[in-house]
Amino acid sequence: MTQVNRLPGGQIDRTQSCKFTFDGKAYTGHPGDTLASALLANGVRLMGRSFKYHRPRGPLTAGSEEPNALVELRDGARQEPNTRATTVELYDGLLAKSQNRVGSLRFDLLAINDRFSNVLTAGFYYKTFMWPAALWEKLYEPIIRKAAGLGSLSLKDDPDVYDKGFLHCDLLIIGAGPTGLMAALTAGRAGADVILADEDFALGGRLNSETLTIGDQSGADWAAEVVGELATLPNVRIMPRTTVIGAFDHGVYGAVERVSDHMYAPDAGKPRQVLWRIYTQKTILAAGATERPIAFENNDRPGIMLGGALRTYANRFAVTADKRVAIFTNNDDGHRTAADLHAKGVRISAVVDIRPDVPRSLDYEVLHGELVNTKGRLGLTFAEVRLADGTMRTLECGALGLSGGWNPNIHMTCHQRGRPLWNDDIAAFVPGADLPAGMVVAGAANGNLSTTGALQGGAAAAKQALGLKGRLPKLPQAEDAPVNLKPFWYVEGCSRAWLDQQNDVTVKDVKLSHQEGFRSVEHLKRYTTLGMATDQGKTSNMGGLAIMAELAGKTIPEVGTTIFRPPYTPTAIGVLGGRHRGQEFHPKRLTPSHKWAEAQGAVFVEVGNWLRAQWFPQASETHWRETVDREVLATRNSVGVCDVTTLGKVDVQGTDAAGFLNKVYCNGFAKLAVGKTRYGLMLREDGIAMDDGTAARLAEDHFVVTTTTANALPVYRHMEFVRQCLFPDMDVQVISTTEAWAQYAVAGPNSRKLLSQIVDQDISNDAFPFMACGNITICGGLRARLFRISFSGELAYEIAVPTAYGDALIRKIMEAGAQYDVTPYGTEALGVMRIEKGHAAGNELNGTTTALNLGMGRMVSKKKDSVGSTLSEREGLNGEGQLYQVGFKPIDPKDPVPAGAHLMNADGPVDAAHDQGYVTSACYSPHLDHAIAIGFLKNGADRMGEHMRLVSPLTGVDVKVEITSAHFIDPEGERLRA
Amino acid sequence: MIIDHPLLGPRDAAEFTYLGDAKLIDRPDWQSETARQDFYEYAYLRENPAGWHQELWFHEAGDRSWLVVTRNTVTHEISKVELARDVARARGRSK
Amino acid sequence: MHDLQPTTALGGNAPQVDTFDHITVAENDGLALASVAARMGHENTCHATLKELLGAVPEPGKAVLHDPEAGFWMGPDQWMIGAPRKTHELLADDLKDRFGDTASITEQTGAWVCFDVIGPAMPDLCERLCAVPIRRMTAGDAQRTMIHQLGCFLIKRNNPAHIRILGPRASAGSLHHALITAAHSVA
Repeated sequence: MTQVNRLPGGQIDRTQSCKFTFDGKAYTGHPGDTLASALLANGVRLMGRSFKYHRPRGPLTAGSEEPNALVELRDGARQEPNTRATTVELYDGLLAKSQNRVGSLRFDLLAINDRFSNVLTAGFYYKTFMWPAALWEKLYEPIIRKAAGLGSLSLKDDPDVYDKGFLHCDLLIIGAGPTGLMAALTAGRAGADVILADEDFALGGRLNSETLTIGDQSGADWAAEVVGELATLPNVRIMPRTTVIGAFDHGVYGAVERVSDHMYAPDAGKPRQVLWRIYTQKTILAAGATERPIAFENNDRPGIMLGGALRTYANRFAVTADKRVAIFTNNDDGHRTAADLHAKGVRISAVVDIRPDVPRSLDYEVLHGELVNTKGRLGLTFAEVRLADGTMRTLECGALGLSGGWNPNIHMTCHQRGRPLWNDDIAAFVPGADLPAGMVVAGAANGNLSTTGALQGGAAAAKQALGLKGRLPKLPQAEDAPVNLKPFWYVEGCSRAWLDQQNDVTVKDVKLSHQEGFRSVEHLKRYTTLGMATDQGKTSNMGGLAIMAELAGKTIPEVGTTIFRPPYTPTAIGVLGGRHRGQEFHPKRLTPSHKWAEAQGAVFVEVGNWLRAQWFPQASETHWRETVDREVLATRNSVGVCDVTTLGKVDVQGTDAAGFLNKVYCNGFAKLAVGKTRYGLMLREDGIAMDDGTAARLAEDHFVVTTTTANALPVYRHMEFVRQCLFPDMDVQVISTTEAWAQYAVAGPNSRKLLSQIVDQDISNDAFPFMACGNITICGGLRARLFRISFSGELAYEIAVPTAYGDALIRKIMEAGAQYDVTPYGTEALGVMRIEKGHAAGNELNGTTTALNLGMGRMVSKKKDSVGSTLSEREGLNGEGQLYQVGFKPIDPKDPVPAGAHLMNADGPVDAAHDQGYVTSACYSPHLDHAIAIGFLKNGADRMGEHMRLVSPLTGVDVKVEITSAHFIDPEGERLRA
Repeated sequence: MIIDHPLLGPRDAAEFTYLGDAKLIDRPDWQSETARQDFYEYAYLRENPAGWHQELWFHEAGDRSWLVVTRNTVTHEISKVELARDVARARGRSK
Repeated sequence: MHDLQPTTALGGNAPQVDTFDHITVAENDGLALASVAARMGHENTCHATLKELLGAVPEPGKAVLHDPEAGFWMGPDQWMIGAPRKTHELLADDLKDRFGDTASITEQTGAWVCFDVIGPAMPDLCERLCAVPIRRMTAGDAQRTMIHQLGCFLIKRNNPAHIRILGPRASAGSLHHALITAAHSVA
């Protein structure tokens, strides 16, 4: 049995065949088919099961509004659930499976739910699983979760990639039907930069689905000709398979292009989809309209679909859902469906029209009446008609077309809170006046449902959007038939009449919702789940609104609509993530010594995107502590080297440079001598410490300022704020030079001896004392900078060269220092040494601490104005009970002193109310051979020697500690100055 | 959103960092008798209007200009974009 | 003369070149860079010196593609000057001599990695990377933008199929990965 329902004609490529399988069975279709059209051609109407009742379902539509025919595509890691068979482009080798079933599609065990439909009504979960509460987590939720959801995930990583991209244009046209094509032609010929996007793989919209003519051509031929001309225009970008998913502020649109979805796997290196951010001056929404069904008892059997979909299948795909087709309509469209199908040789059982003055036909029977029920277990077999005179008729048919009128696709007009207006002529909502800026709506999306109207509207919209002068271009002749619609939403007396087929919401559920007081549209939606499925109620919302209106005695516009939100159609999370997946495309910053450090086997840690060497393990070392202890001791005993390039560096120049630093640092810089470096503490305006670093004065009007690694960017931003917004007339220029220089700390008693072999100048203690800085040369002429500053507390220097020479310099330092066993050390040893010296770092500058807390209260100059100086004097930040930075050591040397633990008085209660302070940084000091820590303690400066309890109830810590100075090593600073 | 930079033309808001109320330009005089109160109000008290608002934006991924953007917080409409340095000078700030 | 061997931003001894069907991504290691910022009150003299150096003062969003020194606008009263490193290793010092007290000069050679992206697919590649309106840019347009969270300058060169991208040197590897990935996507 092959393609039994294939008709003549259509726009498929019959010269080629596509083999595909559905639920394991092999079928054949043609290029140009969708999965749904190819299955229908093969006589398959049953394509899925409904969400709640597991009712057998077939496609309702032929487009992206499809609620029923959801399938799983592909296999393995590429398995993709919930794709709409009506938009899936057929390709050779396509694999598809039905979903949401237990057992086979034909014998779904959960179809039993349908028998209990009286119980499973709206609000079922809310009412049923109320008690006993204990059963919820263990029983109800697992069962519901198992039953809920549609398709299943592969639970494997997506092997494909997704791109993001950016496009700019004068005019974005959404939809390439007659309106969009005419708009594109008008704008393209006028020379505007145009993007024409359509979700379909074939451009032309309804023109491909109808038999109407434009001029002396078929609509489809006219569309192909226009697309051909547009393709020759370099200023027009045609984007098929591209869904515009949202309208955002100021002419920014999101669009998803399905680059490789029409093949099993993307070509190597190519993305599956691209998320485009489109920047446009103007937009024409030419998104067309969506047909709506009519609700009656058992209106959801496979074979029952929208009339326009039947025409699409017949005219575009050359397919009929069955050999016998009936039509149920409230407007002339139903008769067009019958005529088209009849012309293709399909037998029309009858056209049932609810209007009394129905158009007659010589080719088939037209009945005045309404459909009241259907039969057929896995697909439609009979439809029951109640004629206007009350007599009943049974029609034999395997397909039924429903024509309830058309809803303009106004979604995008409402993405920025626009509200639609009601139009009585077509009994539908049309765009309101509050459109997104720059948007013009035309054609069916604007409520103009004729082809002539579409062509005219498209051309006029392009002229309006671009401000083109002159008359409209000569438009080809096209049909202009009236709609003649009589609003009709559901057949009286029905209950199990489906509105939302995907979420199984019936007319009865809407009535129940009203009866139970959920009467606003937003409540109706959430109580019944109407319109909350993946199709967002494109074919169902209006029916629900109409029934609500009737029950409430209101008009539909009085009831109102729910809010349309992006995305227009379901969008894969993968394409929203783009290339940023795991570590992929997470930007990394490598230090100049990275390659060398890697070769030494360094272990890296990420700090502000920088990868810094954390420690350099040697083969014999079994624990990181062993490595870090060695690095610390080697540095303190001889010499160590550490890459400190990552510290932020800002070049501050200008005649007011010193004055500027006086503003951003709480301590003074005006009197700092050229060739000297000073520690600086930066406050926020509220008096809290923001960052610290050093400023080296290289010339009267030139400083190099350092920031902490993590704060480089915020500090630079703050400096620009102070410069531009607070003191705009200061002659000061700032620019980041963090990455321009490779900088190494060389620390330890032998550091001078080591550097003397590299530096061309005299760096003896007299020539280059503690806190000196200057431009130097090294190795016989390379420009460099030297700073005699120390974070470790040892005799130490920081030496900087242009970044390109950073790799060479670390190798040179290691070579020159070999005789002193120079030891590279990482951030962990750096941390140990700074804790041993009581130097504050990020843990202490934690956004809650002041200069006073940090023991630097006296640094805040009262003689000048600086950011934060005034508010640092606030009462609440001063006086009795303030925290002071102190050191801690365990009474029992074997005890740890963990960071994060809190201090309690030795004999007081242990609770938050009696909290005395907390530990911020802790380490094992190889120098002292026990744990040490620094942190903050109430009135800490006056409590030296006191014994306290250090507790962390969460981690079970309770140890006795002694309060000490935070300077565990060389408190007088003699080593620094040696 | 798109911010129409006075020097560079329309730029995506993603290139900017937001700070807040442009009143932050009006930093009080530290020597005034009411300096403490003034700084307290400056640092902590902000209007939060539903409607037009003057805001500071930093063109971090661009030319590093601070801008004063007049924006409607309800509709996101932007009516005016100025260099903050010009605004600061116009408000009497200097050295 | 010192004996220290420089490395390229990507860490090699020679610049890296990646060739695709319609595009070439070439690391350019031959640029010396320095920023020039006008001192307050000396803007006119600074502009005059810039004009003497480049032939014109780069306007906002623009570069002056001059030989051997070229320059582009970075911000209000701030420009980046570039020249061949072979002949201008001490570019910052030279500029300091030229501009004297009318401008603040900062050496920038080590701060940037430079890629020359050339080929008919160049605009397609740029569209996958950043929000600049690449097809509307003409020779001498210079825009700062974000490429996968990295702040970069894009400079449109005289060859319409050529864009020069300056990015943060420490992230040279990340930027290169982004360029190569985009090249695979479009080439």
